[in-house]
Amino acid sequence: MSDVLGNPIIPPDASDSLAVLEKQRSTAETFGIPLAVLLEITHRCPLQCPYCSNPVELDRAGKELTTEEWKKVLSELAEIGVLQVHFSGGEPTARKDLVELVKHASDVGLYTNLITSAVLLTRGRLSELADAGLCHVQISFQGTEDGLSDRVAGYKGAHYKKLEVAKWTRELDLPLTVNAVMHRQNLHQLPDIIQMAVDLDADRLEVANVQYYGWALKNRAALMPTVAQLDETTRIVEEARERLKGTLAIDYVVPDYYALRPKKCMGGWGRQFFNISPAGKVLPCHAAESITGLDFESVRSNHSIAWIWQNSDAFNRYRGTGWMKEPCKTCEFREIDFGGCRCQAFALTGDAANTDPACVLSPLHETIFKQAEREAEGETNRFLYRNFAGGTLEAETSENGENGA
Amino acid sequence: MAGPRHISVSETSRPVLPRHAKLKYDETRQVWVILAPERVLAPDEIAVEVLQLCNGERNVGDVADQLAAKYAAPRDAILTDVIAMLQDLADKGFLTEVREKTP
Repeated sequence: MSDVLGNPIIPPDASDSLAVLEKQRSTAETFGIPLAVLLEITHRCPLQCPYCSNPVELDRAGKELTTEEWKKVLSELAEIGVLQVHFSGGEPTARKDLVELVKHASDVGLYTNLITSAVLLTRGRLSELADAGLCHVQISFQGTEDGLSDRVAGYKGAHYKKLEVAKWTRELDLPLTVNAVMHRQNLHQLPDIIQMAVDLDADRLEVANVQYYGWALKNRAALMPTVAQLDETTRIVEEARERLKGTLAIDYVVPDYYALRPKKCMGGWGRQFFNISPAGKVLPCHAAESITGLDFESVRSNHSIAWIWQNSDAFNRYRGTGWMKEPCKTCEFREIDFGGCRCQAFALTGDAANTDPACVLSPLHETIFKQAEREAEGETNRFLYRNFAGGTLEAETSENGENGA
Repeated sequence: MAGPRHISVSETSRPVLPRHAKLKYDETRQVWVILAPERVLAPDEIAVEVLQLCNGERNVGDVADQLAAKYAAPRDAILTDVIAMLQDLADKGFLTEVREKTP
């Protein structure tokens, strides 16, 4: 009976962490409603991280769903069988109605996660969120000390504030996940990040290597790690997982550029995941809007969310295997990885139906791998900061090593 | 403040699900689930029964007594199974316990 809990339905892989409860077979046939849904309630954010997962074309405040619209979405999600929601962004705490939304989500029976940069939170507001039923807090960290962390975030004082909010989180008895996005310029701090997570009494640590779409793709030359760095990272994570068993769970997301097989992105397009954008678009992936030529339906349309999930063209376009071309079409792994990531295939090949070049079987794999390797060894360290103006290039300083110092 | 890590479940512990692990019947899928941060666990019916008995007042021994009586089964075997199941949950970070001094 010790095994009755079974394995977590959601595998220990943050990129793939939103799964459905049905067995694989029935999922493939019915596309059951996902267990968890990501709500990007705003794209506004005081930070300017150069690897932001938001689209390059950000939704402005005026396009955001209203409080009443989000409440209606939450009720509808609970009704159709969604169990968890992640309040994310942008920075979700930039919305003044966050406490009200969390309260409503709790009232309709949803388990609520807050995915935050933490810099806008006060202890009072966090306490109000806890009272509203918030179940879990995830705070992103950019490093382990002010200099590098604040530089990556493009926000002075960010790191100090994050540490403070992490302490409040545990004082309020909320479980804490530390999310650390890793890249060439901060990978050397990984052992300290693991220790920081332990010291902060976090339950989980996500070591997430940057995934190169959108903003991150624009910043690839400044972020791409070397192969040697990655090997070392994997070694450090494996050692820490063993050492910290029962104290800190560590989820690890590898960058797929250096893999031979592509990742099963989103668990397969339209199979286990959807998110809702600030303007109310229902998306198969938070980067999906980068694929031009797809029309995404909105919660503001006449269709229900369940209908959009089951029937809309955008969700059905790359579902299953019928859309595949060679080499995916006849590949023995086609139902294992579903040809990788559609957004990455589109960004790197111009056609989302092509094999993700992360796959060694893609004709472009070799070229892209070599290019990434060259960039990783290169000297470009300046960031293009994420903002509503389409990005701002970091000034030359001694920190990014480009003023000849 | 939050409870300590590394809970060791014994006959005298009074375990309870922490606020971030919620046992719930999922009407859509007709199964019991435990909702936890970024996880959804699917406990079997015996685990559900044990967890429903773990209210922070009963200790593990009391739970074993009740199940032994209900199923007319040997208490020792049940106790072993209950402790193993709860320890598994504790190791995953989804169990806390009520201490004597805690108000």
